[in-house]
Amino acid sequence: MPEEIKLTTPLSDQDIMKLKIGDRVLISGKILTGRDSAHKRLFELAEKGEPLPIEIKGQIIYYVGPAPAKPGKVIGSAGPTTSYRMDPYTPLLLKLGLKGMIGKGQRGPEVREAMKKFKAVYFAATGGAGALIAQCIKSARIVAYEDLGPEAIRELVVEDFPVIVANDVYGGDLYDAGIEKFRRD
Amino acid sequence: MREVDYNIIVDNVARLCMEANYYLGEDVIDGLKSSLKNEDSEIAKNIINQILRNAEIARDEKVPLCQDCGFTVVFLELGTEVRVKGSITEAINDGVRKGYTEGYLRKSILADPIRGGNTQDNTPAIIHTNFVPGDKIKITIAPKGGGSENMSAVKMGKPADGIEGIKDFVVEQVIRAKANPCPPIVVGVGIGGTFEYVTYLAKKALLRNIGERNPDPFYAEVEKELLERINKTGIGPMGLGGRTTALDVFIEVHPRHIASFPAAVNINCHSARHKSVII
Repeated sequence: MPEEIKLTTPLSDQDIMKLKIGDRVLISGKILTGRDSAHKRLFELAEKGEPLPIEIKGQIIYYVGPAPAKPGKVIGSAGPTTSYRMDPYTPLLLKLGLKGMIGKGQRGPEVREAMKKFKAVYFAATGGAGALIAQCIKSARIVAYEDLGPEAIRELVVEDFPVIVANDVYGGDLYDAGIEKFRRD
Repeated sequence: MREVDYNIIVDNVARLCMEANYYLGEDVIDGLKSSLKNEDSEIAKNIINQILRNAEIARDEKVPLCQDCGFTVVFLELGTEVRVKGSITEAINDGVRKGYTEGYLRKSILADPIRGGNTQDNTPAIIHTNFVPGDKIKITIAPKGGGSENMSAVKMGKPADGIEGIKDFVVEQVIRAKANPCPPIVVGVGIGGTFEYVTYLAKKALLRNIGERNPDPFYAEVEKELLERINKTGIGPMGLGGRTTALDVFIEVHPRHIASFPAAVNINCHSARHKSVII
């Protein structure tokens, strides 16, 4: 099996172009979190052409709503949530320069098209591996929408966060390809 | 009539909420380990190994396996010769409150389905009660994640659909769900009864341990056949392709009305959590 690819954020087009579906990647550096409510707010601002409270150019958004941190811990269990709920907001964020997303489950056709057009990738993390992923998170601080509680936008510093490239800039989709390869009729 | 103190219920429920969220059952761990032998996808093996490692970390650090600590579903078997001092419903909810707060578990329950408002303590629990002979109380706590619950379904079929119709319904449901319920999944199937009862049966089926067959050889065979068909879909761990789409399929049945043919599928993620106590 090929070695894991190490990536550090922010991501450039060059970083993105070399990724292919099925690649195992270890992500380090700063990433942002966001899920349903935060996406809605970012989208509404972007639609009006107003500035966003966070810089998303070259960044990765991780779809997560973590469990509370135990005393002395940076964060509680923090696995990915299902991504399709963010699909309506995603193409516009990609247009504004977002380079990566981490979540679980397949994206819709509009998002896949936008990833090709604006050069971005979608990484799948292992759903239900929240305790393991929390160990890769070295710090967490709220950077926007504190009122949203667990859904607030956080900046995480991660080290070797294990993900798999599920969609690349070439139109590849590992969900379709994987099923195609292993289906036995 | 035997009497049980209110606080005994509270403390046991609190403990079970934490244990169910921290400790993956040995049966699930064994099922995941043996699935590694059938996988030839490196990605699938990698994911299963991550899930196994996650279970070790959760156990050692006493943190939840998954950040979605679920809706707290409770199966209560209440002996007719025993009573709790005070309301057993309140005692269970106090236990959930204590367990989710003291255990640093995520609270995921909105007080009103439309207008929202987090209840901040994961109450109220969903409680299914059965009265049984004797003076014991059996409490099972089964936290149920949202992602897999969303992929469940009920079908009021025609008697003419027969067992083949039910098999197709179950497999189609798994294919429709794809990656969303966090495969490898556990599939609970209810057959018979009424509209509401068949969904209860599908949920109850999820309390079985991996590898535990329906005692009726007819349904045991159907379970095996369904597992085989589901694992031929290619969906695989996290939907990224592979042979391990489900760890098991459990069927629970009930007599039906001559005109009705209800079937329900309740999908569980690989964090198939349930812990019990007999008091």
